[in-house]
Amino acid sequence: MDNLVYLDHNATTPVDERVIKVMLPYFGKKYGNPSSIYKLANESDKAKEEAREKVAKLLHANSNEIVFTGSGTESDNYAVKGAAFANRKKGNRIITSSIEHHAVLNSCKWLEKQGFKVTYLGVDKHGLVNLDELRDAITDKTILISIMHANNEVGTIEPVKEIAEISRQNGILFHTDAVQTVGKLPIGVDDLSVDLLSLSGHKFYGPKGVGALYIRKGTRIDSLLHGGHHESNRRAGTENIPGIVGLGKAAEIAAKEFSEEGIKVRKLRDRLENGLIKKIDDVFINGHPDKRLPGTLNICIKYIEGEGMLLHLDHNGIAASSGSACTSASLQASHVLISMGLSHEVAHGSLRFSLGRNNTEQDIDKVIEVLPPIVEKLREMSPIKKR
Amino acid sequence: MVYLDNNATTPIEPAVSEKMCWFLREHFGNPSSLYPIGREVKKLITEARETVADALGAMRSEIFFTGSGTESDNFAIYGIMNAFPEKNEFITSSIEHPAVIETASYLEKRGKKITFIPVDQYGNIDLEFLKKAISPKTALISIMYSNNELGTIEPIKEVVKIAKEKEVLVHTDAVQAFGKIPCNVNKLGVDLLSLSAHKIYGPKGIGSLYIRKGTKILPLICGGHQERNLRAGTENTAGIIALGEAVQIFQAKGDKDLKRIHKLADRLKKGIEERIPRVIFNGPEKNRVKSTLSFSFTGMEADAILLALASKEIYVSTGSACSEDSEEVSHVLSSIGLKPEVARSTLRLSLGRFNNDEDVSKVLSELPEIIEKLRKISGL
Repeated sequence: MDNLVYLDHNATTPVDERVIKVMLPYFGKKYGNPSSIYKLANESDKAKEEAREKVAKLLHANSNEIVFTGSGTESDNYAVKGAAFANRKKGNRIITSSIEHHAVLNSCKWLEKQGFKVTYLGVDKHGLVNLDELRDAITDKTILISIMHANNEVGTIEPVKEIAEISRQNGILFHTDAVQTVGKLPIGVDDLSVDLLSLSGHKFYGPKGVGALYIRKGTRIDSLLHGGHHESNRRAGTENIPGIVGLGKAAEIAAKEFSEEGIKVRKLRDRLENGLIKKIDDVFINGHPDKRLPGTLNICIKYIEGEGMLLHLDHNGIAASSGSACTSASLQASHVLISMGLSHEVAHGSLRFSLGRNNTEQDIDKVIEVLPPIVEKLREMSPIKKR
Repeated sequence: MVYLDNNATTPIEPAVSEKMCWFLREHFGNPSSLYPIGREVKKLITEARETVADALGAMRSEIFFTGSGTESDNFAIYGIMNAFPEKNEFITSSIEHPAVIETASYLEKRGKKITFIPVDQYGNIDLEFLKKAISPKTALISIMYSNNELGTIEPIKEVVKIAKEKEVLVHTDAVQAFGKIPCNVNKLGVDLLSLSAHKIYGPKGIGSLYIRKGTKILPLICGGHQERNLRAGTENTAGIIALGEAVQIFQAKGDKDLKRIHKLADRLKKGIEERIPRVIFNGPEKNRVKSTLSFSFTGMEADAILLALASKEIYVSTGSACSEDSEEVSHVLSSIGLKPEVARSTLRLSLGRFNNDEDVSKVLSELPEIIEKLRKISGL
């Protein structure tokens, strides 16, 4: 795998060696259960609280506002369902967008079965939610707004600050799924003014199986997992100590390096974007031209199937994706691209390249060299090729 | 260090730890991705699933990975109760783990009817009470396979027999049983079974729920297509691989190692009973996970004993680790009829794979002295 050009960082990232190093002791001698009261356990507890501080620091939050979970998906479920049930007496309406991650969308669908009413806001051709549409959707029964910080497939960055402002004016809780932005964009929970924010370790060079939810002090929310007193009674279950320690380290590294890394990644992404546009006809970019994650390039290559291109890229040692990893096992067209107004046919011709910390100019140049002939070959065989 | 708190958590088996470290470095792929580095991880996960399934006598497709034993319990109970909205009754026992008790309490808040089956002085549930408690509205019975504080093994087969006559589903929390006593889901007849990796020398942050084929259940965590649409979220891949490895190891070690641990536990029990006056053993002699020992040292505060032992680098617990922070008396000990002051004098010693004869000898030489000293101070 040494020669692999990995361009699917929005699906998952390699664990940073510095992160692995701090996790190792917790796979070995430091196995204490943090709920026990002897020294071995105190070590685990201390490591957990240090990790919490590091995550809090990355978000400019207080550490007692950070709850560790098992994944970004769990954080989303916890935020959406927990806020819904805790505030049910006040109302039963929730507003979200049609391009959310399935973790939010399917939580909302689940809540609909429990008697909640959900409004799914549409987006424009760049994937931006419309603030007027949001204002119109609010009623006195609205208890929660959940809009992602940036979209995983096209990278569009949503106006969460404005949305938070609207939420606040109306006394509604605001959750943002920041799984794709934590570790990539500057995030201050007070600056953004969010009440709830989800993040995931494995999207920014931490391990899989650990996430966190920021819960603003005083926010009314029910737990998703019930049981022991872990996480200040908010999330039961013996803590994934090595995972939490790894997440903490990943947060510490990100806090120091994300801004420089963003500049580097953006430059590489732009190189890829310009290179492909120059060498391949009939392509367009999905997502916002400027308000976009620095490493994300979602490109639609007309007349052919994304899956076919991926297979050929794969043979050339390049890993990319045709949608989010969570839906790539299914063959449905991306709900995000459809929401942005693409036809099914065109949506199927989309590729997502998502760049990361370890990518180089050579990686990019390899794609620019390899992809155009693949496209040409596939288009020759395509039943829907251009005329 | 003498670690006698294996029911709280276990040290990770070195081979498991090594496998995890290897995996973290070599396999970062997302199993949902279609290219080779994703597919390889998917294959490894399938192998781990097969291993867990084998250990339970289940099919691979009946094994679902979760983030903890607690999540497995929550998933089982909410998943069934939400899938049968027309049935609003849930039956459990009074000595369950908080993961079940607190879940029951939350269901009660949302309008469900909960019945707690009482237990006798050894922690055995009252089967007659259970029979009478079942109604046409009962959706699920959840009884733990073995209790974390006492080691009592519950009559799950009988529970299933009673339940099946009334067509009620049965879940068992086997977190403390798996790896210690036979857990064949078909012999037990249960529909759902929870287990956790860090109780069997695997890592924290990974558990599993067995769901019998054809059981109607809703997910607890919604989102992507992972785990056959029933548990969303990118998999804790390294954790899953480690769980598979941990299961393989305990299967390879087999009964021989368990017998060795039981012998140690028997020696420790006998030694304590012989050397320390006014000590009460809690839990049954038979039908117990032998490595669990619960003693009440009447007239004393268990916390004081625990700290004194800890200063000698002997680690035990006063109750379940999950309630350690709280000042309340263990609900298990009050359920078996212990008075609060007796419950507060109770220590749990739980043995495991890495204990040896010297560990037992050290406890037997230190503990009587500690008890005597403390009793002198308090003038007992």
